Amino acid sequence: LCGPGLRRCGAGLLVTKCGLLRHRRAGGAAAGGAYWVDSQQKRYVPVKGDHVIGIVTAKAGDVFKLDVGGSEQASLSYLAFEGATKRNRPNVQVGDLVYGQFLVANKDMEPEMVCIDSSGRSSGMGIIGQDGFLFKVSLGLIRKLLAPKCEIIQELSQLYPFELVLGMNGRIWVKAKTVQQTLIIVNILEACEYMTAEQRKQALARLSGT
Amino acid sequence: MTSLLSPSPGDTSVLAGLYGPVEVKGSKELPDRAALEVLLRPKVGLPGVLERSREQLLRQTCEAVVLGGLHPRTAITLVLQVLSDAGSLLSCCLNAACMGLLDAGLPLTSLFCGVTCALDPDGAIVLDPTTRQERDARAVLTFAIDSAERKVLATTTKGSCSVEEMQQCLAAAQRAADTIFQFYRDSVRRRYSKS
Repeated sequence: LCGPGLRRCGAGLLVTKCGLLRHRRAGGAAAGGAYWVDSQQKRYVPVKGDHVIGIVTAKAGDVFKLDVGGSEQASLSYLAFEGATKRNRPNVQVGDLVYGQFLVANKDMEPEMVCIDSSGRSSGMGIIGQDGFLFKVSLGLIRKLLAPKCEIIQELSQLYPFELVLGMNGRIWVKAKTVQQTLIIVNILEACEYMTAEQRKQALARLSGT
Repeated sequence: MTSLLSPSPGDTSVLAGLYGPVEVKGSKELPDRAALEVLLRPKVGLPGVLERSREQLLRQTCEAVVLGGLHPRTAITLVLQVLSDAGSLLSCCLNAACMGLLDAGLPLTSLFCGVTCALDPDGAIVLDPTTRQERDARAVLTFAIDSAERKVLATTTKGSCSVEEMQQCLAAAQRAADTIFQFYRDSVRRRYSKS
């Protein structure tokens, strides 16, 4: 099975991106293992099913236009929120942050987002509240943070309590109790990309000590 | 948005910045593939006719390797800024362009590199000539060579040479291309070893 970075070309396989080749062994039910190339990049390309953070740029009739960092703006219908009906519209303004997933995302069509899952529940998606801080990192760091049992998040949660939303388009939203704590967490997350585990532990020990 | 790199043979260096795939203005939109644009900025002065013709060469070379069909109705812009020129400028631009595409993570069918050969009046082949060697040479040939089968993607010649001499230059360039591709591999390996 071909993942991102590989394409079938005639009888053979074409590697289209540079990076580390990874392989996942076949599980019990999955048909065959999967190969993919882990590449680092900053520009996001919408993929169906990805959870992303979008910024509302326009309200055009019944749909909102969101900037998700890709080449086109995504559209979000006002009915795609939990408990939304024609009379009960969600309160979305231009400039709001929305966490949703892609329903339609391919190279030929405009991407469409929704804030409910297939059963109609929001499961954590929707409009992100006031305050907090939004910043952009590379896509590789997001994948690292989203891996199960990520040490960075566990170590940070022992420092201060905070809320965190990770978008697959490289955007992270953080909110802690005070502005200073929020900015400290932002700086650590941005620096995490280039720090080794040792340096990170030292930095966090310095912060929790002072 | 993506990458800034400057590989340099000798003292020639070029900075490459790649932006894309981004939204494209109406007239430049292509329905089935990405619209690739190359901008070459000289060290001093405004870009002239020479820069324009080099931009076309770079654009056609890049279009041959980039899988534009995966990003229709988008624009990919490559900006090359010449920082210093001590000879072999076009091949340096080709190398910078390829590393830019590699670093940005755009889907490519293969890599490419640029090699310049100068034929001096005796008929000897000089690879990566300096500005003085280029001036004294009978002919200066630049080849863009791809990584999959060492085929030629683009050629430009200044001066005159026989067909046999051109074949010899091409063979020498293909051998030199191996060194450049190894350099690409080492740089990428260094980058990915940190993560």
